[in-house]
Amino acid sequence: MSYITKSPWIIHYDASSCNGCDIEVLASLTPLYDVERFGIINTGNPKHADIFLITGSVNEQNKEIVQNIYAQMPEPKVVVAIGICASSGGVFRECYNVMGGVDKVIPVDVYVLGCAARPESIIDGVVKGLAVLEERQTALKEGRSIERKVVEVNRSAGKAESANESEVSL
Amino acid sequence: MNLIWIILFLVLAPFVGGLISGIDRIVTARMQGRVGPPILQPFYDIGKLFQKEKLRINGMQNFCILSYLVLIIVAGAIFFGGGDLLLVGFSLMLAHVFLVLAGETANSPYSHIGAQRELLQVMAVEPMLILYAVAFYIVAGSFTVATIIEHGALGISYIWLLPGVFFGLIYIFTIKLRKSPFDLSTSHHGHQELVKGLTTEISGPTFGLYEIAHLYEVVILLGMIGIFFAGAPLLCICALVLLYLLEVFVDCSTARVKWQLMVKSSWLVIGLVAFVNILALSLFW
Ligand code: SF4
Repeated sequence: MSYITKSPWIIHYDASSCNGCDIEVLASLTPLYDVERFGIINTGNPKHADIFLITGSVNEQNKEIVQNIYAQMPEPKVVVAIGICASSGGVFRECYNVMGGVDKVIPVDVYVLGCAARPESIIDGVVKGLAVLEERQTALKEGRSIERKVVEVNRSAGKAESANESEVSL
Repeated sequence: MNLIWIILFLVLAPFVGGLISGIDRIVTARMQGRVGPPILQPFYDIGKLFQKEKLRINGMQNFCILSYLVLIIVAGAIFFGGGDLLLVGFSLMLAHVFLVLAGETANSPYSHIGAQRELLQVMAVEPMLILYAVAFYIVAGSFTVATIIEHGALGISYIWLLPGVFFGLIYIFTIKLRKSPFDLSTSHHGHQELVKGLTTEISGPTFGLYEIAHLYEVVILLGMIGIFFAGAPLLCICALVLLYLLEVFVDCSTARVKWQLMVKSSWLVIGLVAFVNILALSLFW
């Protein structure tokens, strides 16, 4: 039995977001949304985390930090990019020091779109990440290599039908 | 030594401890206006930790955490087997020394500061555990738990004779439960200013062992508080439930204090309330 989907602990890192998406991530922890219902805990420690929530685009200065956090997380792990900035660079894409989306430096599994991404979409994104986590757990157990499946969660999410899943080979 | 109680403790304590901490998390959530996790959440968490990848940072840390767990279990076995109260206190202390060592073996400064704060917590707690044993010796004439319970079942509950010692033990209970305002070395909540303090570098199955040790410890502490009500089981259960709810309330409504305040206040409480209680007893009992 896989417990990982029942107790996903997250670590949240603000790469270079405008703080809009961060506020929404924290909003998911408040009484209105209460992600602890799903056993989700916001741990600040990469060594305890299963899901890496990252907001904002990656730039030359925090590239190593992002990679470092990712490397410190024990397998199985999942990366969820939150907001347009984390997905592609967004409005900051053209800035001289911005490298673009998070997937330029670490592999991303779930893209949560929106500017800012709504708490409903963020929770939806994390729940989508759980499926990836579980798959990865079984892959690890059987000694298979991990296949990457990219999931997108739209801005108007919360409704399951609007979540648009697509298989992309990386 | 009572073998049946020892086996019951070994087998049931993690389940009882897990259920208590599950209820604790739900009550905490309700106090904050949230729904909270399922009641079995602590078991899911531990199950998950054992399925995670083993990230060993050195050979020492795993050994230290294992020793921590074993010594906590030994302390509990002595207590529930009706053994010596002093030995229980010493095993608990030794267990925490191993926990401090586990924190110190890592390279992370967060882990180091957490370990040093854990030492301070041991310092704040230890006088009370000694006085606790002394108090029961004065009243019951023995350090062994079996005699203490027998003796208590005959006469009045110890709580009426040792209210000061009881209060002192409740005070350090918060420190032992790693609850606010005394969750300095590591918190049972998501994270704090030291990331995860003492447990920052402990991950995967090793962290699972740490969590199990904590569940055992909660049961031991509840047992230690419970023997104040020896001979009155109903009162005992009511008191433990009320006490735990009080702890959750304090946890939700206070902010973390500095270590100076923790050490000074716990010594003050121990000195003023528990020690004076014992002094009065030894004069008049
Ligand atoms: S997606 Fe929008 S709200 Fe989020 S970090 Fe970028 S600019 Fe800010």
